[in-house]
Amino acid sequence: MRLRVGPALGWGAAAGVPLAFLGVFFAWPVAALVGRGLFPDGALTLEGFASVLASPRTGRVVTTTLAQAVAGTLASLALGLPAAWVLYRTRFPGRGIARAVVTIPFVLPSVVVGVAFKSLVISTGPLGFLGLDGSFAIVVAALAFFNTAVVVRTVGGLWAGLDGRPAEVAAVLGATPRRVFATVTLPALAPAIASSAALVFLFCASAYGVVMVLGGPAYGTIETEIWFLTNQLLDLTAAAALSVIQLVVVTISLVISERLQSRLTQAQRLRTGESGIPRWRWRRDGWATLVTGLVVVLVALPLGNLVVRSLRTASGWGPDHYVALVAGPSGPLSIPVGDAIGNSLRTAVLATVLALVLGVLVSLVVSRRPRSRVGRRALSVLDQVFMLPLGVSAVTVGFGFLITLNRPPLDLRSSMALVPIAQAIVALPLVLRVLLPVLRAIDPRLREAAAVLGAGPGRVLASVDLAMASRGLGLATGFAFATSLGEFGATSFLARPDAPTLPVVVFRLMGRPGWENQGTGMAAAVLLAVMTATVMALAERMRPMEATTW
Amino acid sequence: MTDRQHPGRPTSPGWGRRTAMLLVPGLLALAACTGPAATPTPAASDTAPTPTTSPTPTASESTTLTVVTHDSFALSQELLDEFAAQTGYTVTYVAPGDAGSLTNQLVLTKDSPLGDVVFGIDNTFAGRALDEDVVVPYVAEALPEQEAATFAADDTHRLTPIDFGDVCINADLAWFAEHELGVPTTLEDLADPAYRDLLVVSSPATSSPGLAFLIATVEAQGEDGYLDYWQRLRDNGLLVAQDWTEAYTVQFSGSSGQGPRPLVLSYATSPSFEVVDGATHTGALLGTCFRQVEYAGVIAGAQNEVGAQKFIEFLLSDAVQADIPEQMYMYPVQRSVELPAEWVEFAPLAQRPYTMTPEAITEGRDTWIRDWATTVIG
Repeated sequence: MRLRVGPALGWGAAAGVPLAFLGVFFAWPVAALVGRGLFPDGALTLEGFASVLASPRTGRVVTTTLAQAVAGTLASLALGLPAAWVLYRTRFPGRGIARAVVTIPFVLPSVVVGVAFKSLVISTGPLGFLGLDGSFAIVVAALAFFNTAVVVRTVGGLWAGLDGRPAEVAAVLGATPRRVFATVTLPALAPAIASSAALVFLFCASAYGVVMVLGGPAYGTIETEIWFLTNQLLDLTAAAALSVIQLVVVTISLVISERLQSRLTQAQRLRTGESGIPRWRWRRDGWATLVTGLVVVLVALPLGNLVVRSLRTASGWGPDHYVALVAGPSGPLSIPVGDAIGNSLRTAVLATVLALVLGVLVSLVVSRRPRSRVGRRALSVLDQVFMLPLGVSAVTVGFGFLITLNRPPLDLRSSMALVPIAQAIVALPLVLRVLLPVLRAIDPRLREAAAVLGAGPGRVLASVDLAMASRGLGLATGFAFATSLGEFGATSFLARPDAPTLPVVVFRLMGRPGWENQGTGMAAAVLLAVMTATVMALAERMRPMEATTW
Repeated sequence: MTDRQHPGRPTSPGWGRRTAMLLVPGLLALAACTGPAATPTPAASDTAPTPTTSPTPTASESTTLTVVTHDSFALSQELLDEFAAQTGYTVTYVAPGDAGSLTNQLVLTKDSPLGDVVFGIDNTFAGRALDEDVVVPYVAEALPEQEAATFAADDTHRLTPIDFGDVCINADLAWFAEHELGVPTTLEDLADPAYRDLLVVSSPATSSPGLAFLIATVEAQGEDGYLDYWQRLRDNGLLVAQDWTEAYTVQFSGSSGQGPRPLVLSYATSPSFEVVDGATHTGALLGTCFRQVEYAGVIAGAQNEVGAQKFIEFLLSDAVQADIPEQMYMYPVQRSVELPAEWVEFAPLAQRPYTMTPEAITEGRDTWIRDWATTVIG
């Protein structure tokens, strides 16, 4: 009996702790704010729904949101998959740098990306001749700019570990490269593709800052409407109706992606090490390299513009803004930049540890394969629940914090702890999407073999599951860290003027007139980009030895 | 919790370890030593004035003070340190958004206030704060009567004016000289075909200066005429940007972005930040300005009303008032304070800015924004 109760309790706790965390810091605040809108005087009112649903604008806004999310996801996949091939399945000098560069956009604060992109496409900008300003295409391009990294990293990580032998066998048996890709490689990658697509869809559906700047004032999505109604008008009734619509859209998309993922997942042998990865060859990799080149251009143009603007001064060119950044409080900064970096790093470390611990717990639970159908359903619901925060408006969560975490023992509204907590909730889905494909790909026979050889359940978990999960851990750490460094949605509601993080410093400088302020803001953004690239490059190298020997 | 002398240092030795435990009980422990809630204090005096011998209810006090500000709040670190040292309070600063977001958050949290004292509610949102009673009366000692009368939000002393500024159209003077075109001076000029495709403003729906400018046009053209005026601006090639940053740093030709438009909505003080080699090439059109006033107030239900009042006096002190132009780019309300030399030369105030009472603004604001969006955005 003891043998059965022990593990059950353990799994219960492994699922319960993260669920409680999500409940307190996400579900409760959101429910409380939406509840205020639906029950303004204690009684249910559907007035908000009536007015929101009656407005022709709502239909437009929902359509734009879906179109933007679908197009953004497709564009990210179209660019990300070939890039994942080139960056993870071929070897060439400078590959590490290329991988790191592709990730930078993922964490840049939207205020900077907005400015960098917008300056490129306005009529007098370098790309003004394309006439893209205020177009749907430029919004999609910006979304792809942010999210291609997610596809490249999640799919690339699995691709690099794919056993090449089935493909070789197929080729030997006479299959054309295209047929090998369609029948062997693609099915093996499918879970990672579906997984990253789900992430990107949610990011695109709930994008705010950059969409507002690039789409122009007439552009409206569910997210931008919720911001306007909540933040400017405090019309909680209408905002609640839109939040419910947003939740419905997000839930439907999660159900679809879950169906896809469970249908596509298969156990497969993974390996690590570079031995099977061939050198880059023009004939085989040419077209994929062209697409990757496009990704690099897409990333490099706004980033280059950022660097250019950080070096351009009122009287010419020079490193003045970087000097001002280092000079500290006497110049445009209110605190030394080192302090802001310190604040950012400290918050990011806490958020990362939090996200990783929760992420490992959840992914271990979710990757179980219970025999009963009900059990499997329950696990996949559990999996999707942790994705919800990506699709829900940051303003809803932020305002929700204010009316829930407001009394002892949980009066955290002015506490420093809330920032890493909010960031961990945003990073958690990324951690899960990185760890789960790895855990799910474990051949059950491996666990059975370990058990037959006499390992107890705990030992099996440690020597099989955890050892395998540690392969994904480097990437998961990188993503969590990068998310925390760049997050500015929930964080903006919790900002501490006396202990600003680097994105807060950038945001403040960009909100002030004058070459010195603007240029220093750009320089700080470049610094943030360099930090991110470094973190991601280091995370990539964090591959524990025991995982590579298998 | 915050170590004010060393903002870059870990806040306390056990912080990282405790949070890393990530169990809810761990967070409870963390919460227990954070913020004003940690100190048991009597309920705020204004909500339940218990009958005492003293004619006025006693103000609450505690050892912690939470200051809630808008996201542009900045003062020299030495001054903030000095305030903490003089009062002995552990001061926490939170900046949850711009003036509008800040006001809305205070309204939302009326029954469990965000902090003790607020700074940054401006006259475009003051009416909502007053209607909703989120601040309580306090007559600041350091505010001379004349200034109090000039800037008062109403006659209840619930909001104390701290600083002010003019939101005006700025012009790239170099561009106008180069194109041998006279610089426009009035709102009416902006609709003149001679200035077609030259103006960029930020949206009143998403930006504070944008809202201020919309109110200026309502005041100038009347409730019946302002939409017609905006229609004429639109016909004249008006560009609406999402926020001030996009308008000023991307679209404006006179600053670092070197964009296409030589007329931009900004502040009267902005030209003083474009000074190169002792001269500025931008100027504010002083006939287009709206006077923006920023207030502080004691938050209703504050746990530390005494501290809140001290903070308001601190904001009005000469040292802070002199620091405001450098740090927040606003004019101090205290006339006695000396202004930066560059401001005297390059950042004059409007002689007759457009103004409107907070009451009138609150009554019209949401309708104006919605109607503006219908007319200009379509």
